[in-house]
Amino acid sequence: MFEMAKELLRQLFKKPATNEFPAKHAPKSVLKLLEKVSKGKARLNPPIPVPEKFRGKIDYDRNKCIGCKLCIKVCPAAAVVFQEKERKIKYICSRCTFCAQCVDVCPVNALTLSNEFLIADYKRD
Amino acid sequence: MRLSRDKNSFKISVGPVHPALKEPIQLNCLIAGEKIKSVDFELSQAHRGIEWIATRRNPIQILYLAERICGICNICHTISFCTAVEKIAGIEVPARAQYVRTMGAELERIHSHLLWAGVAAHELGFDSAMHYTWKAREKVLDVIELLSGNRITKGIPTIGGVRRDFEEKNHAKIIEAVEYYRSVFGKLKAIFLDDPVIKSRTKDIGVLTKKDALTLCAVGPTARASGIARDVRQDEPYAAYPDFGLKAITPDQLTGEIKGDVFDRIVVRLLEVAQSADILEFCVKNMPGGKIVYEEKPIKLLAQLKGVHGEATGRLEAPRGEVFHYVKLVGEESPYSWKVKPPTYSNLLPWIPMLEGEQVADIPIIAASIDPCMSCCNRAVVAENNENVLNHDMLHRLSVEKTENIRGQLA
Repeated sequence: MFEMAKELLRQLFKKPATNEFPAKHAPKSVLKLLEKVSKGKARLNPPIPVPEKFRGKIDYDRNKCIGCKLCIKVCPAAAVVFQEKERKIKYICSRCTFCAQCVDVCPVNALTLSNEFLIADYKRD
Repeated sequence: MRLSRDKNSFKISVGPVHPALKEPIQLNCLIAGEKIKSVDFELSQAHRGIEWIATRRNPIQILYLAERICGICNICHTISFCTAVEKIAGIEVPARAQYVRTMGAELERIHSHLLWAGVAAHELGFDSAMHYTWKAREKVLDVIELLSGNRITKGIPTIGGVRRDFEEKNHAKIIEAVEYYRSVFGKLKAIFLDDPVIKSRTKDIGVLTKKDALTLCAVGPTARASGIARDVRQDEPYAAYPDFGLKAITPDQLTGEIKGDVFDRIVVRLLEVAQSADILEFCVKNMPGGKIVYEEKPIKLLAQLKGVHGEATGRLEAPRGEVFHYVKLVGEESPYSWKVKPPTYSNLLPWIPMLEGEQVADIPIIAASIDPCMSCCNRAVVAENNENVLNHDMLHRLSVEKTENIRGQLA
């Protein structure tokens, strides 16, 4: 028990282990805070960079795609759909599990990994 | 087993959704006063039909399905599935891939055991200890990020190797993490094992004797805490474990005695954290060079797997115990059959001797002491044809009868 108390006292003088929020306290108005930041009156904590091998949202280069359907064959979540008319694919981000198997398999590098992770949206496509 | 009630006893149900449980399971306890007289539980409250889905997918797609059987021990399920498929197809995994797999599995063990230690502390009411342990866990998650880019779900093993490598530039960070866990181990030992309150709350509580553990087929830390020195990494070494020469951990290595209580299960898990740190250091120092995957092109691999027939099993020591996968390929794109036996499945029956004779207030810590993972072990749903259960047809018939009854009265 004393060991825990000692450890807790030690922790009091250490920096928090968690990553910092952009602002220390929740602002009354986010817009006003952003305005202040743009004028240089307030400062936001910078975002933590994503790790080197991070697998984020997948970028699709429509022009490079040759419609070989290999990505559809390996995708575990059916996040890639084939469009018969154009002979191209459609990438559905809301189904994606970000395993990057399609990126590994693409013969023409039409699919690439991005660092984007803020993908919450009101629309499905 | 059905619980039989008498005059002096009372039945309480804990679960399927209950604050003391993290996952759905129903514990029915028959109590007399504060003492638990007998226990029964109902499984399969979160069935997902994973094995059925797998029979409609190709092996590359199943890798990610297998990963989602369990959130915490995800890499173990994938490696286990890969091992089974590799055995059928006669694929040899390169040495470097074996080492990366071992490191992934050991990182996961550290992370799982520390997570469990935090949960155990929380169940006992030591929330500071929980946050301290979980803070210590962050370090291992950072190392997992170096390998896979993600914190928990890795997506790293593939059939015939691994998809990403632990490059030499990252080795210093792994060694740093190993040193950190060696220093943290001393502190965790002092917090968990020398504390008089934790000692009195866990010693001689939830005892599982060696005989019970053997007859009920307990696996993993639960079995080792009862003195069964059984570990797949020791008995049937795979990946890089033959090089390391691992010895199963039993609590007497630290305390000098084996009781099989909750305290012993904490001892085993903490010792395994230190052991995993040793294995990590060994792997970093002896990492062989060369390829990391047998066949780089997944499509070629799929074409090869389409032509093979046979059945095989994959065994692996997950943080909670032995994982067992059975795969049967019949020369088609999808496997004919895939059967998964996760460790919690074997560790549930030992709950009964553990809980009997204990107090109601000890249910959370005893239930948590086997590190249960309920949705892992939901392989089937049993719909009982019980008279007490009204299905749709019966309910409809009752309704029609009532209408006719009323019609008869009004006429």
